[in-house]
Amino acid sequence: MLLITCPYCGVERPEIEFRYAGEAHIARPAEPSKLTDEEWAEYLYMRTNPKGLLAERWRHAHGCGRFFNAIRDTVSDRFVTIYKMGEAKPDLERLVVEAAQ
Amino acid sequence: MSRFNFWELAKNALSAHENWGRQWRAPEPKAEYDVVIIGAGGHGLATAYYLAKEHGVTNVAVLEKGWLGGGNTGRNTTIVRSNYLWEESEGLYDHAMDLWQDLSQELNYNIMYSARGVMMLAHTIHDIQVFKRHVYANRLAGVQNEWLTAEEAKEYCPPLNISKNMRYPVLGAALQRKAGVARHDAVAWGYARGADKYGVDIIQNCAVTGIRRGADGAVEGVETSRGLIRAKRVGVVAAGHTTTVMDMAGVRMPLESYPLQALVSEPVKPCFPCVVMSNTIHAYMSQSDKGELVIGAGTDQYISYSQTGGLQIPAHTIEAICELFPMFRRMRMLRNWGGTVDVTPDRSPIIGKTPVPGLFVNCGWGTGGFKATPGSGHVFAHTLARGEPHPINAPFTLDRFRTGRLIDEAAAAAVAH
Repeated sequence: MLLITCPYCGVERPEIEFRYAGEAHIARPAEPSKLTDEEWAEYLYMRTNPKGLLAERWRHAHGCGRFFNAIRDTVSDRFVTIYKMGEAKPDLERLVVEAAQ
Repeated sequence: MSRFNFWELAKNALSAHENWGRQWRAPEPKAEYDVVIIGAGGHGLATAYYLAKEHGVTNVAVLEKGWLGGGNTGRNTTIVRSNYLWEESEGLYDHAMDLWQDLSQELNYNIMYSARGVMMLAHTIHDIQVFKRHVYANRLAGVQNEWLTAEEAKEYCPPLNISKNMRYPVLGAALQRKAGVARHDAVAWGYARGADKYGVDIIQNCAVTGIRRGADGAVEGVETSRGLIRAKRVGVVAAGHTTTVMDMAGVRMPLESYPLQALVSEPVKPCFPCVVMSNTIHAYMSQSDKGELVIGAGTDQYISYSQTGGLQIPAHTIEAICELFPMFRRMRMLRNWGGTVDVTPDRSPIIGKTPVPGLFVNCGWGTGGFKATPGSGHVFAHTLARGEPHPINAPFTLDRFRTGRLIDEAAAAAVAH
């Protein structure tokens, strides 16, 4: 079971307190009526699904109830960093380089 | 290579079974093939077999990063059934079901298909409505499926607890009698042996590192850890790693890869007559020919390629098993493991063309690909040979996520996502 640190509560808790919410930083289209079918498909269904670092959302469902973002390695399942909603997405390539050092 | 029959068995028995030949070659890759298939799991090997047998395309290579049948083919819970809801799925899965019936004879390899029946339990009013809808839809389409009361379910599977005092009492069940189990490894080995017999090269320990495309965008071949292999047609059958492979060709996929876990108990004498599944309380189980209880757990909630998952997932499943089958409460579990399953948004597979000319994909089988292995290989071989889909897989396009013609099988996929 993963151990996850909620950035709002500031405590490490077991995964069963949290609910996964998929890939992060997928912005809802500003003007939905102007989207083509391809753009809708991209927004709704296409996912990065990387083998490596993934920016993803979690919700502390049985704690503060708030959403936050995390960078996790999908091969080792290790969390690289966890950050609050609204904060900028970290540079994944730089994180990979840092992890290698 | 010899054909398996009684005389061969008797002859080899005289030499203590030490002189059986290899069942497939380990060839060096050639510079060019007509078709390259990426992934030597059940689906990839079945594709190669039907390409050679039905379409006469024998200049084929099946490339495998690890070893043959070592991914989800060797990790599933061996269940075979076709009780899906929509016409498109009924066509696809029942096509596989037809092929399962005489697959051992067809391949001259005992795949141990056992039509012992698959029973799906209903625990809520909603379950009853959904399963009855499946039963009626299936019967309209000529797919075997029937409704049982709780008492009839108990009669079919005596270990089942139908007490009204359970947290989720059994209210009834949908039963597909000709569904059952097959030996998963034997399916991969049988198809590998069959394809090899027709001259297909199965190349293991050969990871694909790139997909070479020409000036017109069409596929020219694949770059591998064992050098460039040219081919005008490439079929990607890489299950959980499909996104990784398709990224090499610059094609975005509507897939997410999740861990799916399973476990087996210590072996015991035959005591469990069929396959029982329960979507609502997340448990499914059968007994293997070795006597182990084969138990399927759910997916973990997060994307992962780790081929392992959290222990709370199988623990949850075992709690459900103990409630449904009290006689197994003192069974000890021997092993558990995980596979990486590629899940589509509508829980139906993608079998067909991609935006890249010459590149074809067969993926998105999610938590339930094993049952479709023969049918999947059969229609994908047609697609690769003709360049156009077979009528059975025509609806399962990648393009359906653009057009919106989804095939929503969330209720028929036995694992709750």
